[in-house]
Amino acid sequence: MNLSISLTVNGVRRDVELGDPRVTLLDLLRERLHLTGTKKGCDRGQCGACTILVDGRRINSCMALALSHDGADIVTIEGVSRGDQLHPVQAAFIAHDGFQCGFCTPGQIMSAIGLIGEGQAGDDPERVREGMSGNLCRCGAYSGITDAVLDAQQSLIEANQRRRA
Amino acid sequence: MKTFDYFRPATISDAVAAAAEPGAAYLAAGTNLLDLMKGGVTGPSRLVDVTRLPGLDRIERLPDGGIRIGALVRNADLAHDPDFAKTYPAIAEALLSGASAQLRNAATVGGNLLQRTRCSYFYDVASACNKREPGAGCEARGGENRLHAVLGWSEACIATHPSDFCVPLVALDAVVEIEGRNGKREVAVEALHRLPGDTPERDSVLEPGELIVALRLPGEARAFSAHARYLKVRERTSFAFAVVSAAAGLRIEHGTIRDARLALGGVAAKPWRARAAEEILAGLSPGPDAFHRAAKAALADAKPSGDNQFKIELAQRILVRTLTLAAAGTPRRIPALPASPFSSVSGALHDA
Repeated sequence: MNLSISLTVNGVRRDVELGDPRVTLLDLLRERLHLTGTKKGCDRGQCGACTILVDGRRINSCMALALSHDGADIVTIEGVSRGDQLHPVQAAFIAHDGFQCGFCTPGQIMSAIGLIGEGQAGDDPERVREGMSGNLCRCGAYSGITDAVLDAQQSLIEANQRRRA
Repeated sequence: MKTFDYFRPATISDAVAAAAEPGAAYLAAGTNLLDLMKGGVTGPSRLVDVTRLPGLDRIERLPDGGIRIGALVRNADLAHDPDFAKTYPAIAEALLSGASAQLRNAATVGGNLLQRTRCSYFYDVASACNKREPGAGCEARGGENRLHAVLGWSEACIATHPSDFCVPLVALDAVVEIEGRNGKREVAVEALHRLPGDTPERDSVLEPGELIVALRLPGEARAFSAHARYLKVRERTSFAFAVVSAAAGLRIEHGTIRDARLALGGVAAKPWRARAAEEILAGLSPGPDAFHRAAKAALADAKPSGDNQFKIELAQRILVRTLTLAAAGTPRRIPALPASPFSSVSGALHDA
């Protein structure tokens, strides 16, 4: 059985020999590629700490079999800033106290980037809360997270408008 | 997790042949299957990955006005398809009330239909469960069972079907297209899932190797789009399975209900179509009297399987509320909290 796959991870092509069919995308990122920003919380699709973008969509990497995602384009928390310049969602989480212990934060930020890309929530805090319900924060930073998502979304819209002007 | 052989077929016939072997299971997104495998609830010896099968990811409009949805269409893509959401709003609302955004981005239509119960005794491999291990017994029967079935259950199994999506599907006469070793066949979603009886290990009528390739909604179901809702009581407002849910579709002409469609979720091992209640509603004026009569008829055969007597009353109230909201008209946009009985508008009534 051929258990090698190719992925694009944060813009870089990675060829990985899995050696075992049971490897999830989460374990591949953390254990094989040593990208430990993506967190393993529940490992059962319930907490959202492992959220990454696969082909532009946010999913739980713990519930994704790596073999099934051969050829996928993956973005993790390590791939969202530009050098020292934080992604607007990262900056907004800091500005709005969108975390306390920080364990859930990479998943929260990747989920927020996914949510903004989906474009379904608009500026309604209730829709943002609903759209972020797949990410648990046991420190209870939800209020700051909602503010951060709304603020980051606004700055991304304005940045896009400036680019078009 | 038990290890397995991984096979990624290029055609449906290769997939069917590979999955018909004992111990094989289909893998789509894996959002339920991997969870079951991690917990040791199931341990297939071979996974047949259907995610690359061509042609199963399309949403097509049919000549009769209906829609054909490929089995690999992701839950989120279907719910956000503008044409689909406009035509079948209660189905879109049900989809968006299920799981989380991340899971909806991955989970497929076919996988949603075939997801397994979330009965905690089924998941706990230290407990006896007839569904997991035929003949082992049912610890749910004398255990923590306030969320278990009140309709169609047996002494062998009191688990419920967890899908939201399936509830409006059975109300609207959806059909699945199946391919297997003996060719193609079609089954109404209402007939796809089985009641437990003495064989709770069989969730559906699918034979080994049979693959759901598409889901079809008939054009007639469009007639309910102006008065269609899905409502779901959960133990938290979002990202939770239904305690009880209901889908309602009404066709109202000149102040009279001409035709009604009703189904319940969270009450049985299958999504529960309430045909007796539908018949009562036809010809009546929409309003509390008609809705209470219908709700009573829908639960006429219900009996508790444990500490869940409350679900019978709750299901009736949710049916009345769903009918009331459906009669008021499908909202132009799916509410911020899809299917929630709680309004985010302060001051709105929280009881029917």
